[in-house]
Amino acid sequence: MSKNNSNPLSNSSLEIAKVKKDGKNPLVKALINGFFIIMCASVAVPFISGLFASFRPGQMLIRNGLNLNLDFENWSLINYSYLFDGSTGYMDWYKNSLMITIVSVILTLIICYFVAYGFAMYNFKFKNLLFFLVIATMMVPFEILMLPLYKEMISFGLIDTYAGVILPGLVHASTIFFFRQYLSGIPKELLDAGRIDGSSEYGICVRIVMPISKPAFSAMAILSSMGAWNSMLWPLIVLRSAEKFTLPIGLNTLLTPYGNNYDVLVAGSIFSILPLFILYLVFNKYFVEGMTAGAVKG
Amino acid sequence: MKKIQAFLFSQKIAPYVFILPFIVSLSFFWIYPMYSTINMSFHNIGNGYSEYIGLANYEKLLGDKVFHIAVRNSVIYTIFTLIILIPIPMLCAFLLNSKSVVGKRIYKSIIYLPALVSVVVAGILFRYMFSEMDTGLMNQILNFFGLESKQWLKNWGTGMFALLLLATWRWTGVNTLYFEAGLSSIDEVLYESAKVDGANAWQRFWHITLPLLKPTRIYVTTISIYAGLAMFLESFMIYGSNNSPKNIGLTIVGYLYRRGIEKNDLGYASAVGLVLLIVALSISMVYLVSSGMFKKEAK
Repeated sequence: MSKNNSNPLSNSSLEIAKVKKDGKNPLVKALINGFFIIMCASVAVPFISGLFASFRPGQMLIRNGLNLNLDFENWSLINYSYLFDGSTGYMDWYKNSLMITIVSVILTLIICYFVAYGFAMYNFKFKNLLFFLVIATMMVPFEILMLPLYKEMISFGLIDTYAGVILPGLVHASTIFFFRQYLSGIPKELLDAGRIDGSSEYGICVRIVMPISKPAFSAMAILSSMGAWNSMLWPLIVLRSAEKFTLPIGLNTLLTPYGNNYDVLVAGSIFSILPLFILYLVFNKYFVEGMTAGAVKG
Repeated sequence: MKKIQAFLFSQKIAPYVFILPFIVSLSFFWIYPMYSTINMSFHNIGNGYSEYIGLANYEKLLGDKVFHIAVRNSVIYTIFTLIILIPIPMLCAFLLNSKSVVGKRIYKSIIYLPALVSVVVAGILFRYMFSEMDTGLMNQILNFFGLESKQWLKNWGTGMFALLLLATWRWTGVNTLYFEAGLSSIDEVLYESAKVDGANAWQRFWHITLPLLKPTRIYVTTISIYAGLAMFLESFMIYGSNNSPKNIGLTIVGYLYRRGIEKNDLGYASAVGLVLLIVALSISMVYLVSSGMFKKEAK
């Protein structure tokens, strides 16, 4: 940019623009902030009404529905003590969900990173065709493949096993896509430098590129954990025995007309959100950065 | 042994080693099931038998009234989610970028929170907020405005409203984040020079943000079409099961689940799945072509 302000006219118009920018219209400011405050409040309503209901007797849920009633008369921690005393299997579901989520997130991140690395860093035969297939798998709703996958799981003997829940979701197209977007922003000279220093292809991938991909890993860690922790349809199909259920299926069984476990239902729902909330609070900063870094561009 | 190692470590072979897991998973969990779905849709499958019946499943679908209800529900739901969940998040992202916003980080974090919640939990919360009792939150709101309480989940229109509100609640934050990411790739200089030229906020949004967000818009619209047409669990949770009064909450995938898993009629359910795939693919194709996506690729 030229620092020569010989033209006084353009200089003054820049000044005016600057003044305008700093002195924002207070009404507009109030409107925009008001808009976001109302929005955040409406987002919070279901959480708060759920939290309130979790301290009240379960019958009140059926009788009254959920609302923002500020009547603290019937409040107690009894629903939460039901959760933990083992009368519903809730803690088992919790453990199962934690276990399945941790295992599948770690495996998914590592595998998808490697696959994406292959696509981003090399040119090879059939690369375009294979990457087209990555996109294609994103384009076909999983629900369509659900029935044949179910038959396949029966023939592999994986029904009612955790492997059956975890395996089909490990190689995840949109995670590969995201990692590839991120990795293609990394200069190839870095790889060549590694090669000159005598690193193997795998050494470069693990010791040089992986450490600088932390933002992508944290964004995908949150997204994959959300997916694994919250997934319901596939576990619902694969799992049979109640002690192997994950949280979402377990909570869903509490909803059936046969169970009188409404006391646990809302408390259990609210408590099930906790791990992701903590994860989100801790990684929030990296998450937004990572999403931005690997987002769809051009 | 050394030779094998050298071979595996060569620059030529390494990429194939990297993408091997994808190829394995693709063949087991995608190509084979895909073939299997197509194949099954031409068969009548029951316990221990499978008989080729040609296009009979598809002919049956044409006259299946329940299936028509499911398609109509899914399509209407998808259209409405597009109408709501593209413009609002885009506007939110644009506003969040303006300097007038005070608690940017906090707003962003809060709007995103519902996405962390599973369909099960969200469904349970919304089910009871839309309770037909006068004390349910939605009826309290109606009563506050002097309107009569409604049996929300027992009528088509209000039931659809509940589903759409649930979708809006859960996905506004996610889509806002996508658009934010898209916005961050727009050069700030464009806005500055537009300001100098006297463009107001609305003109900047209309002439700069909107056109330059096109890649993000295409991406978000395409995934929304798929998510909308494949919607199932939201309805499953709000209605407590796959059965809703007069099938007002039945979706295409719900029907697939009913036929395939609940009634074990795998052939017919596969045909339902393939119709879903064809509908989804053709809508996306029409959208992608009309938005000039392929022209851009060709350039």
